[in-house]
Amino acid sequence: MTRISVTVDGVEYSDEVENRTLLVQYLREQVGKTGTVIGCDTTNCGACTVLLDGRSIKSCTMLAVQADGHEITTIEGLAQDGVLHPMQAAFHDTHALQCGFCTPGMIMSSIDLLNDNANPTETEIREGLEGNLCRCTGYQNIVKAVQQVAGGSASAGATADASVSTGASS
Amino acid sequence: MTAVDERAAEAAGPEIGKARRRKEDQRLITGRTRFTDNLSVAGMLHLGMVRSPVAHARIAAVDTSAAKASPGVVAVLTGADLADKQGSLPCAWPITADQKAPNHPAVAVDHVSFAGEIVAVVVARTAREARDAMELVDVDYEGLPVVLDLETAVAGAPYAHPELGTNVSATWVYDSAQAGTGTDVDDEIAKARVDGVVIERTFRQQRLIPAFMEPRSILVDPTGEQLTVWSATQVPHFVRIFLALVLGIPESKIRVIAPDVGGGFGGKLQFTPEEVLTVLAAQHTGKPCKYTETRSESLVSGHHGRDQLQRLTLAATKDGTVTGLKVDLLADMGAYLGLVTSGIPVLGAFMFNSIYKFAGYRFTDTNVFTNKTWTDAYRGAGRPEATFAIERLMDELAAELGRDPIELREQNWIKHEEFPFSTVAGMTYDSGNYEAATARAKELFGYDELRAEQMRRRESGDPVQLGIGVSTFTEMCGLAPSRVLGALNYVGGGWEHASIRVLPTGKVEVVTGTSPHGQGHETAWSQIVADRLGVPFEDVEVLHGDTAISPRGLDTYGSRSLVVGGMAVVKAADKVIEKARTIAAHLLEASVDDLEFAGGRFTVKGTDKGMALGETAFAAFQGHNLPDGFEPCIDADATFDPVDFSFPHGTHLAAIEVDTETGAVTVRKYVCVDDIGNVVNPLIVEGQVHGGLAQGIAQALFEEAVYDENGTLVSGSFVDYLVPSAADLPSFITDRTVSASTTNDLGVKGVGEAGTIASTPAIVNGVLDAIRHLGVQDVVMPCTPLKVWRAIQAASSVTSKGGAA
Repeated sequence: MTRISVTVDGVEYSDEVENRTLLVQYLREQVGKTGTVIGCDTTNCGACTVLLDGRSIKSCTMLAVQADGHEITTIEGLAQDGVLHPMQAAFHDTHALQCGFCTPGMIMSSIDLLNDNANPTETEIREGLEGNLCRCTGYQNIVKAVQQVAGGSASAGATADASVSTGASS
Repeated sequence: MTAVDERAAEAAGPEIGKARRRKEDQRLITGRTRFTDNLSVAGMLHLGMVRSPVAHARIAAVDTSAAKASPGVVAVLTGADLADKQGSLPCAWPITADQKAPNHPAVAVDHVSFAGEIVAVVVARTAREARDAMELVDVDYEGLPVVLDLETAVAGAPYAHPELGTNVSATWVYDSAQAGTGTDVDDEIAKARVDGVVIERTFRQQRLIPAFMEPRSILVDPTGEQLTVWSATQVPHFVRIFLALVLGIPESKIRVIAPDVGGGFGGKLQFTPEEVLTVLAAQHTGKPCKYTETRSESLVSGHHGRDQLQRLTLAATKDGTVTGLKVDLLADMGAYLGLVTSGIPVLGAFMFNSIYKFAGYRFTDTNVFTNKTWTDAYRGAGRPEATFAIERLMDELAAELGRDPIELREQNWIKHEEFPFSTVAGMTYDSGNYEAATARAKELFGYDELRAEQMRRRESGDPVQLGIGVSTFTEMCGLAPSRVLGALNYVGGGWEHASIRVLPTGKVEVVTGTSPHGQGHETAWSQIVADRLGVPFEDVEVLHGDTAISPRGLDTYGSRSLVVGGMAVVKAADKVIEKARTIAAHLLEASVDDLEFAGGRFTVKGTDKGMALGETAFAAFQGHNLPDGFEPCIDADATFDPVDFSFPHGTHLAAIEVDTETGAVTVRKYVCVDDIGNVVNPLIVEGQVHGGLAQGIAQALFEEAVYDENGTLVSGSFVDYLVPSAADLPSFITDRTVSASTTNDLGVKGVGEAGTIASTPAIVNGVLDAIRHLGVQDVVMPCTPLKVWRAIQAASSVTSKGGAA
């Protein structure tokens, strides 16, 4: 067992972990961040993507001990004070999710993609999300969501609840 | 108009037809999800499934002593331990009276029949301890010969199940001459051999894996009066019934919950060994038990899809009028029969003739066992196979006759004024307009311009050739009229159930028997009920996926949810209105016949006297002043059994570029115009089409479950099983025409499978259209660069030899 200290979604944790524990297992089982899910065992699907010090990583491909001293943001830490992150709002607005299982990872990767390239072309978006698999949407509306945020027309600032209750098309 | 004004205007119009953003999204985009693996119950134990690495063997011995001694292990259960408790997993669709099927144990007892079959269950305090101990279970396998290839399997030994003495499970035939729906197809073929055209082809439907994103997971809590089972399933109601039937637990003692479910595509339309074993482990230990599969386990043990060899004969006159179609299928069941394994090919029986007017038709399906993972429903289930075959054949006929493939199709298809149309396969197509959908698709596609570009590239010998793929499809959906299912020997019905409760405060709860896992029923059903009852969209809460909340239902698959389940909701709403009308009439001191209901209010004709639906609900809640003998309740249930299927259709066009030097295939443009009848939510419909297209294109170009000669699945991870990424797919151009269904009051047809059914032949026809002039006759799916390049090389060597002669 090794003691690690990490900040997850703004809260500091200090925990004993088995050395072999994957970061995603630590997040789900010890921190209780079940919003981050596990879709495969070969680093292909990206469902478990989180931000480590602001950069996207697949949390199934990092040991928890490697995250010691780092800051992690999961899907559960994106909305601030009940206000959705623009990427969350855009996924909702463009119908970029169906079953929603890939969505946490897809949103985290999309955020990192725009951090790297604020105005990507469609091809750059598609290639930038190559590490995240979605089986429901055919990706078209995911691309649209990223374009919407890049174009600045996202309904940023919509409150988490209001964005749903006023869910009519805009 | 400001955004606020727009929303106000939208709020005033009917809900049906609006692109409502989904109610479901809020939790899913913020990570507040209840996927089964997210759930924990105090004292919960974890299971690991030890799986056979060999495809066919006798189990000589299982030594669990080391595993039992491993830290944290509570129990290790083998087939010997559970043989008298586990029963046999059911096949709900014996397609013939003499269908052969092996016993189907959840955990193997004395032999295994495919690699991935469970041989022992480890129960431990943590998932990691279970996994560690799995490594210590020592199984002694005595290998048996494996049978993997369909044609070899049909020919005779070795047998996947030696005790059956054959690999053939059943043979099922539909013959239009016998059924009285057409002529004898052999006569049509004989005539065509004399003075017409006969196209004979063999196509391979490769084996696919549904590959839903959420691995399956089961949590069983045996500590209550009812056994509570959470499962990542499409069919919680099926799971409840079959747990009762297979394990002998009273059905009333079982509650099954499908919480958030991460996709299914038919892959979670199953009653699984893992469900049985998690229940048995929970009963054995008296503790809650959870099992979550890894992706690698999912790919090898979740049921697979497709896997057919299609031998096809199409007869036509020289002018291109099709006259006969003979279909001879070998369908790979894999090692066992799952819930509807044997019926999947039969679902295609009524669709090979598609939109064309054949005089004679015969369909023969031979179901075959092999030592591979069992197959069952995968998006489209029988209909993609049929559509692929006929749409490829129509292109082959066009090529043979030197005709434009669309023009040839139009010559043969059912014209819009001919609906309803009785087909040679015995179906009655409700409505459609193939001319309109095709005209719109051609326009969006720029068909004539692309044909001109194709010609230019051919003439200039461009290394990148352009092909145009056509697919004009129809499908049957809305599974299903119960009487039809009964006639096909399926054990269940096809109805759907709904309940509507109007709460004292005027809010509305809708309970549906469908079990959505991404389809957006909460949003769409809210739209339907908002219109029907005249209540705000936001005031409708849709409940589902828990047999304690929704006790009656037949779940979600086969593009049935809206067509059957949505109609049940409509029927329940109508009953609510009629009950409420009686209360309103009483309180308004008017005759029931004098009340009008609109916009959520009853009004007395010709007066301004009125009452809202919610007020009648409150009056019922109080019960103070109701008509004598009136039950104080306006809630209502309805069960809807469709009178017939509905038949959506569409025209899909694909512009495919093939790099003849590398074999690389690029989908340059994809246009589809679907006719799915009336639309409740265009946003959801478009999403279903996009996702369906992706899966159909994936079959054409990327995906295949590949076995080695020993029966080991070599595409057993996402490294090797190529689910397409965003970078592998284009943006699609979609549009719709509307021919309202005549078989239900909503006028709706299904959409969940359309994209998958239509797109596979569009892509492959496009690939072949790009390289047919080089002498390529066929490329077996998936059309990988290697296969395409080899086909071009093989054709060019033949062509150069032929050229010398």
